[in-house]
Amino acid sequence: MIHVEELSVSYGAVKALRNVTFSAPTGRITAVLGSNGAGKTTLLRTISGLVKPSSGTIHCDKTALVGMATEDIARFGLGHVPEGRGVIAEFTIEENLRLGVLASQVSAAEGLERQFELFPVLGERRKQYASTLSGGERQMLAMARALIGRPSFLLLDEPSLGLAPLVTAEMMRTISSLCLSENLTVILVEQNAKSALRIAHDAVVLHLGSVIASGTAESVASDSDLRRYYLGLVQ
Amino acid sequence: MGSFLSSRIITVLLGGISSGVVIALVALSLVIIWKSTHVLNFAQGAMGMLAAFVGMNLVFKGVNYWLCLVISLAMGLVVGGITERVLIRPLYGKPEINPIVVMVGFLGVIEAAIPSIWKSNFNAVPAPFSQIYYQSHGHTILVSPFVIYQVALALGVMGAVALLFQYTDLGLQMRAAALAPEVSRLLGVRVNRLLTLGWILSSGVGALAAVIVSSGQSLAPTNMDGIFVSAFIAAAVGGLESPLGAITGGLLIGITESFILNYWSTNMAPLAGVIVLVISLAIRPQGIFTRNVTRRV
Repeated sequence: MIHVEELSVSYGAVKALRNVTFSAPTGRITAVLGSNGAGKTTLLRTISGLVKPSSGTIHCDKTALVGMATEDIARFGLGHVPEGRGVIAEFTIEENLRLGVLASQVSAAEGLERQFELFPVLGERRKQYASTLSGGERQMLAMARALIGRPSFLLLDEPSLGLAPLVTAEMMRTISSLCLSENLTVILVEQNAKSALRIAHDAVVLHLGSVIASGTAESVASDSDLRRYYLGLVQ
Repeated sequence: MGSFLSSRIITVLLGGISSGVVIALVALSLVIIWKSTHVLNFAQGAMGMLAAFVGMNLVFKGVNYWLCLVISLAMGLVVGGITERVLIRPLYGKPEINPIVVMVGFLGVIEAAIPSIWKSNFNAVPAPFSQIYYQSHGHTILVSPFVIYQVALALGVMGAVALLFQYTDLGLQMRAAALAPEVSRLLGVRVNRLLTLGWILSSGVGALAAVIVSSGQSLAPTNMDGIFVSAFIAAAVGGLESPLGAITGGLLIGITESFILNYWSTNMAPLAGVIVLVISLAIRPQGIFTRNVTRRV
């Protein structure tokens, strides 16, 4: 379980997160929804240690993450697919994946084989440069690279960004089945509330850095005010 | 064959290649630092000479040349590591001019410190191989066993660096840390350590270049100054990011210099770098092997 308690983050005078508290239960997908500037990306970056909080705590099971270096958080077993995917375009698919496996206990050969089973299209094109991949394929590569070291926790920042609706649907199905097969604890940040709520078990809605609603995905999806005013879902 | 190798143009070309590889080696060491930490290391030549002074001075005390070379290399690695940790690390995230100013200052400090430590009588380091040129059918070819050694050592170091970056896990992580530091950290790569390692490696390469340059001539703190200027131009001509570009730039400058020396005037040889720079700026201002990418703003 990832538990965030009273987390606040400031960029100078701007408060990006205000006393955010929520839990992402083990083996489930928790969607973090909200419009631009709600603080979704800042939340993930703070969990990964890229941003220092001004107050509050973050726990992955029993381990306190605040104060740990980003690379140690990654080695502890938290994968983070950043906004814009972070695929290294100058590297081949295989090099991108090898980079993901080096800091883990998994052997490169075993990790690669497993990811090529999960994402066959990456295996067929393993020697190709990542710059030649389409948006959807890059997203797959970014996910495979985050998963290759067998993390227990996975943070996904806008995986649907820039993808066609059909590709987004496919991506969401993949996330859903991975969560189940790997018993992953997933925090899924999305502006595309409709797609995210379809696969999420739980949901948190952020607005201007504060949590304005949380609960099961169904309860959030069925709240007409939330749908209309915060999630951009017209009835 | 003998008359072909001794023909003037080939002689000039061979001379250019043998001085060009050393320029290329220093240019490569500049590119390693630039790629990993975005610092232009103006003290690179002097740092190499400092390491060479520690190692090669032992030659005069009767220590074996090869052992001195290894000690110089080891010193180069140490100097690089300490420089990054002490002088450069506090400057990450600060304006790019800061490390440049610091390293120019460090250059002055080293060049002043060396004569005060080792006094001013700079002896000649004996060449480990014969410096007598080969003869073929009565013609002199401007290549000696010593020249072959210099070129082979320089090419060997370049090859080793290329293999490290291209084919090892460590090289993969170093390239990733330079290209995408944040993503690398998210994947558990210890980026800071790799930045230090980049400096260690680069300084080691610089130390070997200083040994190559100083063998067979007197050991002086300024031995690398002229070569550093050429190497800096070579790295810039290659696009600063590209190791292959830096090596090509180094060879181009070496060959141009050799042609000027032989067909024009000895005094004009330092113009070689400027000529190569002006031509490359006119034809490929982005660098020889750099892809023309639009910068995102």
